[in-house]
Amino acid sequence: MSDAAVTRDGLAGVRPGREARIWSGPAVGPGQTSQDPRGRTETARPREAAAESYYGKPIINPPVWAEREIAGYLFTGGLAGASSILAAVADVSDRPRLARRSRLCASAAVSISFAALIKDLGRPARFINMLRVIKPTSPMSVGTWVLSAYAPLNYLASATDVAGRATGSGRTAGLGAGVLGSFVASYTGALVANTAVPAWHEGHRELPLLFASSAAAAAGGYGLIAAPRHENAPAARMAVLGAAGELAAELALERRLGPIAETLNTGVAGRRLRAARLLTLAGAASAATVARHSRFGAVLGGGALLGSSLLARLAIFAAGMQSAQDPKYTVQLQRERGH
Amino acid sequence: MSASEHRLLEVLLADGDPARASGHRDPPPRMGFFTDTSVCIGCKACEVACKEWNGVPEDGLNWTGDSHDNTGGLGADTWRHVAFIEQRLPVGRHEPNFQRDGDGFRWLMASDVCKHCTHAACLDVCPTGAIFRSEFGTVVVQADVCNGCGYCIPACPYGVLDRRGTTAEAGGQDGRIFKCTLCYDRLQVGQEPACAKACPTDSIQFGVLDELRERAGHRVDQLHQTGVVEARLYGHDPGDGVGGDGAFFLLLDEPEVYGLPPDPVVTTRDLPRMWRQVALAAGGLLAIGVVSIAGAGR
Repeated sequence: MSDAAVTRDGLAGVRPGREARIWSGPAVGPGQTSQDPRGRTETARPREAAAESYYGKPIINPPVWAEREIAGYLFTGGLAGASSILAAVADVSDRPRLARRSRLCASAAVSISFAALIKDLGRPARFINMLRVIKPTSPMSVGTWVLSAYAPLNYLASATDVAGRATGSGRTAGLGAGVLGSFVASYTGALVANTAVPAWHEGHRELPLLFASSAAAAAGGYGLIAAPRHENAPAARMAVLGAAGELAAELALERRLGPIAETLNTGVAGRRLRAARLLTLAGAASAATVARHSRFGAVLGGGALLGSSLLARLAIFAAGMQSAQDPKYTVQLQRERGH
Repeated sequence: MSASEHRLLEVLLADGDPARASGHRDPPPRMGFFTDTSVCIGCKACEVACKEWNGVPEDGLNWTGDSHDNTGGLGADTWRHVAFIEQRLPVGRHEPNFQRDGDGFRWLMASDVCKHCTHAACLDVCPTGAIFRSEFGTVVVQADVCNGCGYCIPACPYGVLDRRGTTAEAGGQDGRIFKCTLCYDRLQVGQEPACAKACPTDSIQFGVLDELRERAGHRVDQLHQTGVVEARLYGHDPGDGVGGDGAFFLLLDEPEVYGLPPDPVVTTRDLPRMWRQVALAAGGLLAIGVVSIAGAGR
């Protein structure tokens, strides 16, 4: 409410005035001025096709998801899923330390994921309502169900491995976690793409591939840090393949987004993406060369890949937010589709 | 044909009748709104009536400076929103709302509301089943089920839903998502929604959707004959990207001028392709896992 008051000395507490915003159409040409009957002068703003909006307000309501929780989950969920795969293949190929440490990483990451997802709810105590229904039309519903099966398998595999008991069922659980992990690391692409957010929805073909390969790079990076040198070959290979896939998917995404790609290439998202790419290249180079021979190189490269995966998720999160906030992306996209 | 087969057939043939497609047996006709903005006078009686009837909290006592619109847009605490647009445009012989002679000034007003889409993205993505399709073909959020996950908010192509009560002004924490229910409680006892009841110019018309579409068609013809060539319907077409809106509009300018998307599409239309891409990505990831040990030396 206004705090203005009428006093004997006139108005008090009046807020500083500003021009009322009046939309001006082609009746007055761009840059020309017009006199209205009360003698005020207004300069017309050019009427640009497909750039109109209602006082610059967003057309869609932007997501209320918190960056720390949800962009963070995109990273930790991916790390967990791909780590379970790495753990499973390490186990099969008799690399016990890589297997155990990747399992523990997956268990920690999926725990953090659950905590973040629940914390981000408007009513965290009602998380359980997620398990009222199964809806294939909702990636969040499907994802919650799969995570609910995936997490216990991970915990079982980790616990039996650490305790050294019931390792047979633990290894089976670990294989199951690996299979489900491939979904956990990929479905988040559909989760964000299945919205009206232009930068996410238009990237619905690329985002699952991007997130999955970024997850492989992160899990490979973690494996390089965690595993001893003589066991880290699968981690290095997964890291290189993931990094290559991530870079390719990013390029494909940029091309797909067309004019909306500026939300990914400029501002906060742009800075994050550029940093992510540098780290991906550095990490992949390290994983492909020195990581097999030098512990120091492996740790450095692994850290770069973990950082690059996190930054890539943060970049895509920021790009989505930016494309939701500015109505021009929504309008341009739909206008171009119509013509 | 067995009863369940008959049931399935009924659902599959119910395209365009969302209540039947959602499993309601013998539902009443689909109800909706036709908002004719050419006779809106911007009184905001709809906003007030909606708040009063539905107990919607205050949405911020702000002066926006955006003409007479101090509500801003639809959200958790604004289920009807009157837009005000000031333009320098000549508008033929007809004088919708306010028009000054000489300088071609015109004032557009439009009462926005949830569109109650035939293919509702909010309903599709809701992971708790809190959002459901009523027997009237409308889309309603159950406040006692919603856990505030927020997925419906960016899924809606119109920016209708939002989360309530993350700010102190909104009375502390609520955390759930709210939107227009098309006065589900009033409909169930044969009453029209509060906004339509309160509208003094019949800009907001409530009724059977098919009848409203017919009436709207006549109104557009009438306006075109009087020289208002810019009059057009919005959201009336069952062939559009959301299968047609249960609440549609007569507009006097492009939709984006009113803050409406020009060609909205329900996001779940592309979901089958997204799931295929997820399957591809998951398969690829498993392949990377296998390749990373295949032939890898110690």
